[in-house]
Formats: sequence, C-alpha cells, structure tokens
Amino acid sequence: MKRVALLLVLCVGLLLAWAARDFPTWGDPSSPASASPVSSHFIANTGVDTEVPNMVTAVLADYRGFDTMLETVVVFIAGLAVVSILRGGPNRRTRDREFVVESEPDLIVTNTVRLIVPVIQIFAFYVLAHGHVSPGGGFQGGVAMGASFILIALSWDLKTALSRFPIERCFTVAALGILIYAGIGLFSMLLGGEFLDYAHLSKFLPVSPEMARYHAMLGVEIGVGFTVTAIVFALYASLSTDGRMRDGL
Amino acid sequence: MGLELLNTLILSLLVVVAVLSLWVRDLVVSAVVFGIYSFLMCLLWAEMGAVDVAFTEATVGAGASTVVLIATVFNLRRKSKD
Repeated sequence: MKRVALLLVLCVGLLLAWAARDFPTWGDPSSPASASPVSSHFIANTGVDTEVPNMVTAVLADYRGFDTMLETVVVFIAGLAVVSILRGGPNRRTRDREFVVESEPDLIVTNTVRLIVPVIQIFAFYVLAHGHVSPGGGFQGGVAMGASFILIALSWDLKTALSRFPIERCFTVAALGILIYAGIGLFSMLLGGEFLDYAHLSKFLPVSPEMARYHAMLGVEIGVGFTVTAIVFALYASLSTDGRMRDGL
Repeated sequence: MGLELLNTLILSLLVVVAVLSLWVRDLVVSAVVFGIYSFLMCLLWAEMGAVDVAFTEATVGAGASTVVLIATVFNLRRKSKD
C-alpha cells in the first residue's frame, strides 16, 4: 500500500513539475496577474483614493474589506470550535503522558522573558499601527501579541498566563475585534455610504475622504488584531492542555 | 546570478526539509523541521519582494503554528508508527 502511495505521489509530483513550465517567469509584466485591468487599477489609484502607501494593506482592508472581515470571522469560529470541541465530550481523556512538566519556573528563562515580552508587545503594536505604511497589519501584529502571551505560558506556566488573559476574556476580546470591524462598516452605512465604504466617514471625522479611508483602515486592522491575539492564545491554551486549561506545557 | 543561486539553494533545501519532516519518527522533531520549512518559505517570499506575505509566514507559519503543533504533540504519543 505504501509503495502504491509513493508511486502516486511521485506521479503527481512529476505532473506538477511538468505543469510548472507553463508558469510565467518571475516579475513578468505580461503575466495574467500583472496584465489584468484590476492590478493596474489598484496600482494607479491606491495612492489617489486612500493615501495609503502600502498597496497590500489598501487592497486587504479597503478594496476587499468584506473578504477580510469574514476572514476574521473564520478565525474566530475556528478558535471557538477548537476550544469547545476539546473542552466538551463525555469521556474525559486521562491518558498518561510521556513527559510530565513539574519543574519550577527557571530563573534565567523567566527573567529573560520578563525583559523580552514588553519588547515583543511594543513591536506588535508597531506592526499593527504601521500596517498601512510598511509591511504588517492586524494579522501579523495580532499573532506577535498572542505569541507574547504564549511565551509567558511557556516560561512560567499556563496558570500565570491565564491569570493575565483568562480564556473567557479571550472570546470577549475576539468578538470585540469583529464588532469593531463590522461597527466601522455599519457606521459608514449610517453616514450614507455602503457597508465598509470608509470614504463617508469624512462626514464624521474632520479629514478628507481619502484620509478617512486611511484612518478607517487602521481601525479595522485594530479589530483584526484583537481577534487574532485572543484566538492564537486560546488555541495554544486549549491544545496544550487537551482542553482542560490546566497543567499545560 | 547571485539571486538565482540563492533561490536554487532555498528551493532545494525546501525539498530536503519537506521530505525530512515526513521522514522523522519523533513528532517534536517533525514539528521543528516543519518550522524550518516555513522559515525557508518566508525567505523565499522576502527575496521575491512579497514582504507582507513573508511577514505573515514568519509569524504564523514559523512562529505560532510550530508552537501549536508542539503543544498538540504534548498530548499525543511522541513517536509516530510510520
């Protein structure tokens, strides 16, 4: 059976390698992706429409804002599903583990983490706030922020991390992120535009429609950051303890 | 020429690391090798100029998913049977 599988994998691999010859070369201006009218529209108009230097963020948070909002909802639902599946279930698994962690938190590790966590968190805020100027944004900043809580859980124990960010609060924060995102969308609807049409926020904010889109993009990125931070940490807390939320790594 | 060489090096390392992550029987080692795979992908994206994608790959792929995989292995048998 294994040999048949290996043969199949090799066949598919060869087929893919053969199909890759049809790809345009890297950076080819006449490749379908570069030549399509959509790309040239974004390249020509992003700076004019939104005053955002980072085109990727403008496409992600503004032109395709609806897509990104539902992506955030997917992250939220995935986290919710993992935590509730692992937590519930009638037959509690009390399998013996191969390695049990009972040691005291190490002095050198905890002190290094004490120094490093604030730096990580400030960097996460920087990535989040600068997402529309330089590479970065809500997803990256959120993961970095969640990772700082994971680092606390790894170097002390899960109890310490959960006392700073309880699992119930994780889901409140995650839902709040989606509410911020959808709220900005609904608010622009109230001001007379379409859902997520940030330009209409200029009636409320004392800025031009272009700058309103710029600031609203920061707003929705903050919403994404909230959700991703909370879900990354909740995933770690749930998966490392088999859903029990204690005696983790 | 230099970039071509770097690309070839990264791509051949990718193949080696991908096979290795399936080959090893210790699942923790497998997870770490998979993190190396993500990091090589991140280098490749950065080298192609897709810095946003590279950043996401570095944080999510090499960072968070490796930790989540190791946290999951903690609750399983560490040795894989095949």
